[in-house]
Amino acid sequence: MTESATSKLLNGDICHRTSNGKKASKNGFVKDHSLFEQPQKYRRPRDKNQNVPHNSSLYKKPFVESFEETPLWVAVLTYMGYGILTIFGYLRDFLRHWNIEKCHVARERDEQKDFVPLYQDFENFYTRNLYMRIRDNWNRPICSVPGAKVDLVERVTHDYNWTFEHTGKVVKDVINMGSYNYLGFAENTGACADAALEVTKMYGAGVGSTRCEMGNLDIHEEMEQLVARFLGVESAMAFGMGFATNSMNIPALMGKGCLILSDELNHTSLVLGARLSGSTIRVFKHNNMQSLEKLLRDAIVHGQPRTHRPWKKILIVVEGIYSMEGSIVRLPEVIALKKRYKAYLYLDEAHSIGALGPNGRGVVDYFGLDSKDVDIMMGTFTKSFGAAGGYIGGKKELIDYLRRHSHSAMYATSMSPPVAQQIITSMKIIMGEDGTTLGADRLRQLSQNTTYFRRRLHEMGFIIYGNDDSPVVPLMLYMPAKIGAFGREMLKRNIGTVVVGFPATPIIESRARFCVSAAHTREMLDTALEAISEVGDLLQLKYSRREQPLPSLGWMSEESLLQD
Amino acid sequence: MAGIEVRPSQRLPPCLLCKDCFLFLCVKKHRPMHRSSRTLHLRDLRARMNFKNLREYLAWLYYQYLLITGIYVLEPWEKSIFNSILFSAIAMVVYTSYVFVPIHVRLALEFFLGIFGGQPESTMALMT
Repeated sequence: MTESATSKLLNGDICHRTSNGKKASKNGFVKDHSLFEQPQKYRRPRDKNQNVPHNSSLYKKPFVESFEETPLWVAVLTYMGYGILTIFGYLRDFLRHWNIEKCHVARERDEQKDFVPLYQDFENFYTRNLYMRIRDNWNRPICSVPGAKVDLVERVTHDYNWTFEHTGKVVKDVINMGSYNYLGFAENTGACADAALEVTKMYGAGVGSTRCEMGNLDIHEEMEQLVARFLGVESAMAFGMGFATNSMNIPALMGKGCLILSDELNHTSLVLGARLSGSTIRVFKHNNMQSLEKLLRDAIVHGQPRTHRPWKKILIVVEGIYSMEGSIVRLPEVIALKKRYKAYLYLDEAHSIGALGPNGRGVVDYFGLDSKDVDIMMGTFTKSFGAAGGYIGGKKELIDYLRRHSHSAMYATSMSPPVAQQIITSMKIIMGEDGTTLGADRLRQLSQNTTYFRRRLHEMGFIIYGNDDSPVVPLMLYMPAKIGAFGREMLKRNIGTVVVGFPATPIIESRARFCVSAAHTREMLDTALEAISEVGDLLQLKYSRREQPLPSLGWMSEESLLQD
Repeated sequence: MAGIEVRPSQRLPPCLLCKDCFLFLCVKKHRPMHRSSRTLHLRDLRARMNFKNLREYLAWLYYQYLLITGIYVLEPWEKSIFNSILFSAIAMVVYTSYVFVPIHVRLALEFFLGIFGGQPESTMALMT
């Protein structure tokens, strides 16, 4: 049986004939040899993401993602809602400007009015006039451990969200669908908490120095070796803050004359790191391999902008799970492209490490690929390990270079010892090295919870974005008033959710984002789902126009038979 | 409208408008989950909620109006301004249509009847 072209590519051979069979013609004119280009057929624009994987031999299991198109009447009404709120925003600004109404935002003093303005009013128009009105859905103070259930501090506002007062009461046992707690390690009892307590007694809580100077403890070394073993790479390095890992290390690796190809929906930390590095940045459409391939080919053929010299390095920056969409990166195709065009790959597994894959080793494990194919594996400890901080894993030379040249290593305080111990303990539990099956149980529970939750929400008729296996579930709300209403109605039913609007998402695609956790029991999920369905009926959120699977009801099947 | 029964965990009744299929030109095989009609959509979704009386239903409709126009987030005096402007605009539309639509309809009917009714009259006049 001959090897298919795609599996040859995975092994690094350069393929002269592509899967769609174009060859060089007789007069030597070279035709398009792209890997993933297919002739465009007209398809009904039901779904936004048309990228069915053309090379399905690269995928060992079905890759099912859906981003259902916004219904037209919903989009029109959403724009109308934003328009009305903008008009009222202008009215309120007018009243504030002419001092008819008390102004709560920062203003210059009267003596400074003729100078160059300090505060540009329009930049904060959205914050003042839309965000402030529904601000009680965010920054809710929590007064217990953010596990499956959490306690919230009750607040009231007497001037429409400009100031809050604490009533002194506590809202107890709110089901937490917003914390990134995928494996349930955010707990204050158990092996992790006990170990962290012991370590605090030994080392204290602070370190008092940067990693380069006096802040390199033996517990850090142990943790880094463990992380390297967990990921299957040669060496790893940990940093105190996940955001700083991206924003401080990309500038250390890339510079002028290099090219960064970054996904459209990458996180702010990656964007900031890319901009700080000074390299040229080109953006490809979200998870779209044709767009990425086109950019790669253009980059290699044309080189740098004016001089046409070859690029020093090309780095493809993608994330494992995109937290606002719930989509998983098409890693087999990205690796195939990377090998063919000789680029480097930076994979940010902030949400996917610990949450995907049969062994919890992230998106590489989920697709069954080799972790040596990814040049730089980055991730955070915040989401699945219940700690804080980030790591970078890769070849030994790379990590040694980063230890000397990373800004975060040289200037940022190193990780606190109890946090490092939490990482060590939780990682050992996930790997199964603590002697119990707790890790495997939690991984299984998370994937069962994810499947169940997504299936039920889909059946109810909501529009859910993302891959069927991702524990991040965005539920579309669209209209601005429904953002505030959803958050408040869910809290009334004792469920804490995170709602997101502009500017984190496109302006009409505001959503509520649920993070499924292994700590949620089936009863908790059922309670949450009932409440979501109730609120969905109350607010009319069930926009989905997909055909639902036929249930087995007697009168239903009779009717459909009669119609034939 | 009063006392609409809710069947929480069952699916919706099939397309009651589409049973005869003369409104929707159902050339395809009838699909029970016929969701392409807006009216049907509203009717089905409405059927899931349990309204004890007319007052509660009207309150829910007002709530939907607040959510869709985005007024829900505004302060009460802003809501009143918007409601009064909208109400006066609608009242003006209703008044104008009440006053002028019968006149326009009558004139249009006379015009069109004049065109079609005029032909036989003129030929009769020619013959006599």
